[in-house]
Amino acid sequence: MSQRDTRQPSPARRLSGVLHRHPVLRLTLLLAAPMLVLVVIYLGALAVLLVSAFWTTDDFTGEIVHEATFDNFRSIVTTEVYRTVTLRSIGVAAVVTLICAVVAFPMALFMAKVASPRSRRVLVVLLLTPLWASYLVKAYAWRAMLAGEGVVNWALAPFGLAGPGFGLTATVIVLTYLWLPFMVLPVYAGLERLPDTMLEASSDLGAKAGRTIRSVVVPLAFPAVVAGAIFTFSLSLGDYIAVQIVGGKSQLIGNLIQGNAGAANNLPLAAALAAVPILIMVVFLLGVRRTGALDNL
Amino acid sequence: MTRTKLLAITAAALIALTACGDDGGDDASADGGDAGTSTDQGFTPPDLKALDKLGEPEGEVNIVAWAGYVEDGSTDPAVDWVTPFEEETGCQVNVKTAPTSDDMVNLMKTGQYDVVSASGDASLRLIASGDVEPVNTDLVPNYADVFEALKMKPWNSVDGVAYGIPHGRGANLLMYNTEVVSPAPDSWSAVFDDASANSGKVTAYDSPIYIADAAVYLMATQPDLGIENPYALDDEQFQAAVDLLKEQNAHIGEYWSDYTKEIQAFKNGDSVVGTTWQIIVNLAQADKAKVDAVLPKEGATGWSDTWMVATKSEHKTCAYKWMDHIISPTANAQVAEWFGEAPSNSKSCAETADAKHCETFHADDEAYFDQVWYWTTPISQCLDGRTDVQCKDYGDWTTAWQEIKG
Repeated sequence: MSQRDTRQPSPARRLSGVLHRHPVLRLTLLLAAPMLVLVVIYLGALAVLLVSAFWTTDDFTGEIVHEATFDNFRSIVTTEVYRTVTLRSIGVAAVVTLICAVVAFPMALFMAKVASPRSRRVLVVLLLTPLWASYLVKAYAWRAMLAGEGVVNWALAPFGLAGPGFGLTATVIVLTYLWLPFMVLPVYAGLERLPDTMLEASSDLGAKAGRTIRSVVVPLAFPAVVAGAIFTFSLSLGDYIAVQIVGGKSQLIGNLIQGNAGAANNLPLAAALAAVPILIMVVFLLGVRRTGALDNL
Repeated sequence: MTRTKLLAITAAALIALTACGDDGGDDASADGGDAGTSTDQGFTPPDLKALDKLGEPEGEVNIVAWAGYVEDGSTDPAVDWVTPFEEETGCQVNVKTAPTSDDMVNLMKTGQYDVVSASGDASLRLIASGDVEPVNTDLVPNYADVFEALKMKPWNSVDGVAYGIPHGRGANLLMYNTEVVSPAPDSWSAVFDDASANSGKVTAYDSPIYIADAAVYLMATQPDLGIENPYALDDEQFQAAVDLLKEQNAHIGEYWSDYTKEIQAFKNGDSVVGTTWQIIVNLAQADKAKVDAVLPKEGATGWSDTWMVATKSEHKTCAYKWMDHIISPTANAQVAEWFGEAPSNSKSCAETADAKHCETFHADDEAYFDQVWYWTTPISQCLDGRTDVQCKDYGDWTTAWQEIKG
């Protein structure tokens, strides 16, 4: 025993000794990498984006002029097209979220409470399969289906109906299709956590299926629906590709940002516009927090 | 939590500072671009020197081009003028096609590309910002055979200094579905005043430069406005063009900038009439779409493209070799026929598969091209020579375009 004490400890042992004695150093080393990613790469980029919103560009050469001004924000507030498009984007995101919630709830309920454990696994896999295909493939597939001579019009023709064609309706359909799994999964996870005993207790107290769903399942699953809504709402709000493919002539806020960043090369204005969805999401999340849904996540 | 916030803010501030520092440096060199007004074009380009002599080919060249300008046989095995170039020079060709001039300008600003096929609405912006440098035409032997009418023009030279090698030119056409649109249109009114006949199935080019198409139409239909040049529009003229496009918007099915999207839309009947390029007509017809195209009687907007070399290019020898190759009689004839435009090399007319190609596309018919308004960047100094008014610049055009789309 005494012999071991006089021997020099190995470097690794010494290091672990130092770390043991200095909890702050230990924590710093542990968190350095994730903090670097979060602070420098993510928040830093966001900050640069917002700072550049106060600059302007030279219209002809496209060079950025580094003079702080509120011109970009002023034109966003005063130009009618930005207001219209912002409202339209919020509307589309809200409708997509609503449809996703309405469609996803029964699906998730069936998967969580009705299906057998074995088929439950199969259903989850089936639900996830669309996510294996590329976003663009799915969007272009919808473009082919919704086209003038596409399968949607062909299927509706015998009933004397026509498909929606390209436009906002088509955009809502495609976005709903694309983001549905992001709603079903959290709702399913939420419902799975719901103990069966609650449902039994409800029925013991004389509640029928409808009453049980209204008074027990929906309130308990609400935080999960809100979690899904955060996904579908934010994904729809930022989308600009689906609307380009099936949206006909309509533009959403993402298209304006892309138009300013890509076509007009006005990065400062694009950055100012990008602040709009950020603001909307902050308001949305604050609203969500007020419902208390975030505490249950 | 507060400590985290503090960290985040400090880091962000640091980044913002360094970003400012870097960009500031770049700006100083480019600032000359818009400071003075000593040239006819209303700007003084940065002081850059053309290449003296060619070195050893660097092994690759990165090209920004319009779709159909750089074909290596992957679109159609018979259409290939890249492979012979690669074999001859050892320069591997990497191509990035751009759907609009604005995209081209942006791509060139990244500094990752060596050479670009810029139209007139991109070329001057690239020159002014210093993204492209003067071209030493002595290093491009085939330049000698280029039509004189295309050399040293306002869109490819500044103050007698050449900035590029002419590629070819053509007009934007009116494409229509031959089954739906009958009789065949001969006027842009098919997409403007008479657009209601095909409401919801009209298409237009998705770029601010399309405002000039409306201006060309107004030149013919509303002479009272006094438009002399569709790229030089004062407040009243500009408003008239924007109003016309807003009316048109009600009848638009979708705007296009991706040419495959337009081909698909015409093939499926989602679009039946609208502006187009000859290559789109060719590809759509090859795809069994029932379409045809016409140059309307009002004239049209068009393009005269220029190959330009990036200032920051690290493959300048390959870039020059490419420019010489693409305007060589054989390659120039192949591009001109594939894209459907007039070639720039006078000797290429003898090389086209269709002996009448140069005649069909009016290769040396200046009277014809007087009807065509080449894409040009609108600037506040009126391009038609008026000095008593300010014209709308491209920034205004961009904002207006977003408002038109609503």
